[in-house]
Amino acid sequence: MVDFGGWDMPVNYGSQIEEHHAVRQDAGIFDVSHMCVIDARGPRVREFFGRLIANDVDKLRQPGKALYSCMLNEAGGVIDDLIVYFLDESFFRVVVNAGTRDKDLAWMRAIAPGYGVQLQERVDLAMVAVQGPNARTRVISLLPEQHRSSAQALEPFFGKSISMGEGREWFVARTGYTGEDGFEIMLPASEAPEVWNKLNALGVKSAGLGARDTLRLEAAMNLYGNDMDEVQNPLESGLAWTVSFDNPARDFIGRKALEALKAAGLQKKFVALLLEDRGVLRGHQKVVTPAGEGEITSGTFSPTMEKSIALARVPRSAADIGDKVQVDVRGKLLNARVVKAPFVRNGKILVS
Amino acid sequence: MSDSPADLKYTKSHEWVRTLADGNVEVGITDHAQSALGDLVFVEVPEAGKSLKAGDTFAVVESVKAASDVYAPVAGTVVEGNAALGGQPELINSEPYKGGWIMVLKPSGEPQGLLSAAEYQAHLAAEG
Repeated sequence: MVDFGGWDMPVNYGSQIEEHHAVRQDAGIFDVSHMCVIDARGPRVREFFGRLIANDVDKLRQPGKALYSCMLNEAGGVIDDLIVYFLDESFFRVVVNAGTRDKDLAWMRAIAPGYGVQLQERVDLAMVAVQGPNARTRVISLLPEQHRSSAQALEPFFGKSISMGEGREWFVARTGYTGEDGFEIMLPASEAPEVWNKLNALGVKSAGLGARDTLRLEAAMNLYGNDMDEVQNPLESGLAWTVSFDNPARDFIGRKALEALKAAGLQKKFVALLLEDRGVLRGHQKVVTPAGEGEITSGTFSPTMEKSIALARVPRSAADIGDKVQVDVRGKLLNARVVKAPFVRNGKILVS
Repeated sequence: MSDSPADLKYTKSHEWVRTLADGNVEVGITDHAQSALGDLVFVEVPEAGKSLKAGDTFAVVESVKAASDVYAPVAGTVVEGNAALGGQPELINSEPYKGGWIMVLKPSGEPQGLLSAAEYQAHLAAEG
């Protein structure tokens, strides 16, 4: 068990590698109740998120649709990354990281009154992520008969409330952090242990933070605090795709700073690395390129590829796809290659 | 409770030492150590002929979680590193006291300050 943002969390329940393979090949369940669910309500809630986050909630038109985004400070640094769900024009739900909960809430509470938005932290909800090619089928088997077809029909990055009877409600979303299909379920905390045990009995393997990290890294998904933070902006953290400049009238926090950075010319870029020598890449190791030094932001051993992989921030002019770089691993320079992310998606290795 | 065979000697840094018939010693990491590290994915073993002082780092074991140094329990010269760990680092997880040995060392003197199995278990209990 480790302390994770104030929560006691298992790194692994048994073998971390077996947990990882279960998710890639079958189904695994993660307790992600440490993540902070916040409901935002008010007639101007869309406008509030238009100001608050770097991606554009105007992309959200169908109820239940989710959007991944960064929440930036005025300097363009990342306060946190989050997922926001559009439920109706006066009700959005947002899920933020555990370790950033306090500062996120403080930041949001400073801005919300200007838009008449009420924020409610949903400490009553637990959250589990059930992930893997067989994950959805297993979850759907727990739902009341009359709601199974609509749960089955949920498109990727959509969520919906499902009535479980006796006034109980689950919010089921086709989202995740593994690169596999699956659901994330927000449900009353008191129901979570029983659901966990039922899914275990259906063959869904308990998986810990360790497997969560190797899975997300194979899927080349960023981890807040490692791959981006309040100093590193999203444009140099592989997250330019989540920043929407399309609507010139939308003055999101951090926009001016990012536009100034773009005008001045970005200095760094974010790349995926595959280690060609034997060893294991880890965060903070130095990357040596002809254009100067960079740094690994996240590195691990990929259980699916049985090779070491990493995300790294390097000088802008260095390291196109296919280029060789070197990484200082415990005093030795090992050879690595810049590859196209992600490494693994839907059970398949995408990098050779 | 982790396993620590009575016929071996131990260090506080979780290495085990087995004295072989020819006077050389076999060295690995304990069941407790492999369990704490989790699934091992990479082991860097020492080359034959390398001279070590007691306490020198002679190998690196890396699990999915972290890299960890392994220290020489006694001074001596490396006779052999366990080449099998190159392809099967998980041997340290599955059989830490057998196939998971890391090196054979020719000691340059009498080993000193090693713990018996009972002393090592007491050390683990004290470490919590």
